[in-house]
Amino acid sequence: MNLTDAKQTGQWRKVCRVDDIPALGARVVHSQDVRIAVFRGDGDAVFALEDRCPHKGGPLSQGIVFGTQVSCPLHGWLVGLHDGEAVSPDRGCVRRFAVRVENGEVFLQL
Amino acid sequence: MRKSKLVMVGNGMAGVRTLEELLKLAPDLYDITVFGAEPHANYNRILLSPVLAGEMTLKDIMLNDVDWYASHGIRLHLNKKVVKIDRKARKVVAADGTEASYDRLLLATGSNPVMLPIPGRDLDGVLSYRDIADTESMISASATRRRAVVIGGGLLGLEAANGLALRGMEVTVVHLMPWLMERQLDRTAAGMLQASLEQKGLTFLLGRETAEILGDGGKVAGVRFKDGETVPAELVVMAIGIRPNVELAQSAGLHCNRGIVVNDTMQTFDPAVYAVGECVAHRGLTYGLVAPLFEMAKVCANHLAHYGIGRYAGSVTSTKLKVTGIDVFSAGDFGGGEDSEEIVLHDAVGGVYKRLVLRNDRIIGAVMVGDTGDGAWYFQLMRDRQNVADVRDHLMFGQAHLGNTGHQGQSKAAAMPDDMEVCGCNGVAKGTITRAIKEKGLFTLEDVRKHTKASGSCGSCTGLVEQILASTVGGAYTPQANAAKPMCGCTDHTHEEVRRAIREQKLLTIPQTMRFMGWRTPNGCASCRPALNYYLISTWPHEAQDDPQSRFINERAHANIQKDGTFSVVPRMFGGVTSADQLRRIADVADKYRIPTVKVTGGQRIDLLGVKKEDLPRVWADLDMPSGHAYAKALRTVKTCVGSEWCRFGVQDSTRLGIDLEQAFWKMYAPHKVKMAVSGCPRNCAESGIKDVGVIGVDSGWEIYVGGNGGIKTEVAHFLVKVKSADEVLEHAGAFIQLYREEARYLDRTVHYLARVGLDYVKKRVVEDADNRRALYERLLYALQGEKDPWKEQIRGEAAREFEALSA
Repeated sequence: MNLTDAKQTGQWRKVCRVDDIPALGARVVHSQDVRIAVFRGDGDAVFALEDRCPHKGGPLSQGIVFGTQVSCPLHGWLVGLHDGEAVSPDRGCVRRFAVRVENGEVFLQL
Repeated sequence: MRKSKLVMVGNGMAGVRTLEELLKLAPDLYDITVFGAEPHANYNRILLSPVLAGEMTLKDIMLNDVDWYASHGIRLHLNKKVVKIDRKARKVVAADGTEASYDRLLLATGSNPVMLPIPGRDLDGVLSYRDIADTESMISASATRRRAVVIGGGLLGLEAANGLALRGMEVTVVHLMPWLMERQLDRTAAGMLQASLEQKGLTFLLGRETAEILGDGGKVAGVRFKDGETVPAELVVMAIGIRPNVELAQSAGLHCNRGIVVNDTMQTFDPAVYAVGECVAHRGLTYGLVAPLFEMAKVCANHLAHYGIGRYAGSVTSTKLKVTGIDVFSAGDFGGGEDSEEIVLHDAVGGVYKRLVLRNDRIIGAVMVGDTGDGAWYFQLMRDRQNVADVRDHLMFGQAHLGNTGHQGQSKAAAMPDDMEVCGCNGVAKGTITRAIKEKGLFTLEDVRKHTKASGSCGSCTGLVEQILASTVGGAYTPQANAAKPMCGCTDHTHEEVRRAIREQKLLTIPQTMRFMGWRTPNGCASCRPALNYYLISTWPHEAQDDPQSRFINERAHANIQKDGTFSVVPRMFGGVTSADQLRRIADVADKYRIPTVKVTGGQRIDLLGVKKEDLPRVWADLDMPSGHAYAKALRTVKTCVGSEWCRFGVQDSTRLGIDLEQAFWKMYAPHKVKMAVSGCPRNCAESGIKDVGVIGVDSGWEIYVGGNGGIKTEVAHFLVKVKSADEVLEHAGAFIQLYREEARYLDRTVHYLARVGLDYVKKRVVEDADNRRALYERLLYALQGEKDPWKEQIRGEAAREFEALSA
């Protein structure tokens, strides 16, 4: 179970199984008007961020994932998967979504 | 578990850098205590001159404030001078009685200014030039006193003199030797420097030995020389040199000579005691510039963190005077010797002097005045021990800036105004870079890239940024020797070491390689993973495991990502030849998928831009053409001219050969993109002169050129060989590309690879050694055997996930 402290109050929705996301990779989830990048770390840890780099809006889901960071495919900004914060010295932040993993299934709070 | 205790004595740049490096490697290993004799936290000592000159303030030059120590849990004792080390009890004692016990002790006691043992040295108004207190005393003296004498015409003395002059004092520089900065400059260069400093209002007295400092009522009144001559002065600054501060170490019984003696792992004769910085003597040498100190810091931290793989092997240093408006550069052994040769350019009126000293076709020293723009380049060649025989005839004219674009043709950073753009990719002006270097305390090119983005994209302005860095931090800046550059922050190993391990140990996966090479990070970073993946699959084709998550998105999606997140699709047209049928299919696909832009590329193909990722597999299927690999570090296109089939000038069938080359080598991954071209006559309409492999047909056969580049930096290809038949072209071109695939660093183009190994080496391996050529060619063909076209793969199962979005 993996619960981030993001302050969402919406519904929990099942999006996929953990195994549907490649390790050190991501999947894109379309939810109404927002595009969400759902990342998986080395193990079973799952993170969800809006799929927009704080720099120029690049799709973070397409970046290379390592440790608990993703490198944006457009200009190489690094964004923390835990907090959505750009890694210093770059500055910026992207919206986070709460994630829950239960019995190998991934839920997002939307 | 109890944490080990680390005590550091001395709170200067070398010591604190060691702590920073240590905290990066092992943040929780030690309970750290620091003693500093000065009342300040860690500041940038090399920027004291700009402070003195009024160009910066003390606040600007702080590197680590007290909060930094607190936030890392470091106990900081300021204003406490350690007077005793008890090695038996493993503790240190400060003058005020404060004690701290240690498991590991780090000495970073720095150096003391040398004071002449002459009468009058204790008078009010006699200063040294070493720390913040000295600088502040000089600034306040300059407000009330008129005339200053600076004893010492070395780097430090001249910077002090310049600063005092800028603060309105009449300054005389007294020097024992017949010319200034004699350890860094030859007589000619020193003369030119002196003339330009005289223009700034300084007076020089050379060849004078100071005998006494004259006083009047306890205050300085002047200086008397051995020959009896006197000069009046109300301020005397002694800047004749520094001496490693070994007193404490010596009193603790640690072996010292000129400095505290350390081995290559920065350990003193007591293995629990380490030492770094100006206080140490390493292999008989002491260092006073910051770059070597940082190299020591890195090694020391590595050992304190129990990694135990770093070794300090000594440094080659360079010097740059930080006096605004005067450019002087010196590096290495400029004195030469019997077996050395010199190349000299001297324009006395124009104020330019350059002297290069060579031995065995390698640069061993350089002195430059007036135009120091290429200092960093010469220094890099020197550190890399690069053979310069090939470029000797134009070495003096500096690195070829031909075709360098994006900064208005500027190649001399000093001449650029602050608001001029240096980095055309990221829109960074010169002033932004100098400000960041000063305010953020940056010392390396990587630091500057991280903070300002300058030279971080295409890299063509790297030389300019290095110059700005060098002139802002002076001798502090040392470009890292290429041969020793680690792959990235995850490891200390170089590209070559990693490749060798993959080959010799037959490593087949990325995790295996990281484990074997002791990677510091659990799964690397966005820089090393793609490199490792390439090294694995190119060394062990058909055996190593290709990891899609370690490839950039373009190679994972087999298409080029665009700024809006859509992709572009470039189907392959062998040799630039297409057909009505192909064009019809392309048109149908553009209609069906509402592709907004269809554009002809520079490589004689057609680009479909703005394709949604989900549509990619169906676009490929409908096109039914091979992948153009326009998205990959791989063979891109073989550009051709019409050739003898149609052209009235053509002497060879360039189109046919282009198609043959492309069909033989497509699907080939490489360290970077590879472009080829074939022209059917020397008019060279296919632009073979700026390709990785360019072929030009002549009546009697084909000429092959390699290492050209038409991109970031226009580079004309070098002639490799002339052959008779098309088959020979294939074998030579293939062998050259295979050599590049096996030996180049990831993301180096052939031009960079050639610059590193030299054309002679490539000729030996590819042209002169026929057996080796065939072996290389065979290895390339083996690697390509059975390689699939990614667009033709049935995209299903796990591979399909890449292109399918989820919904919620």
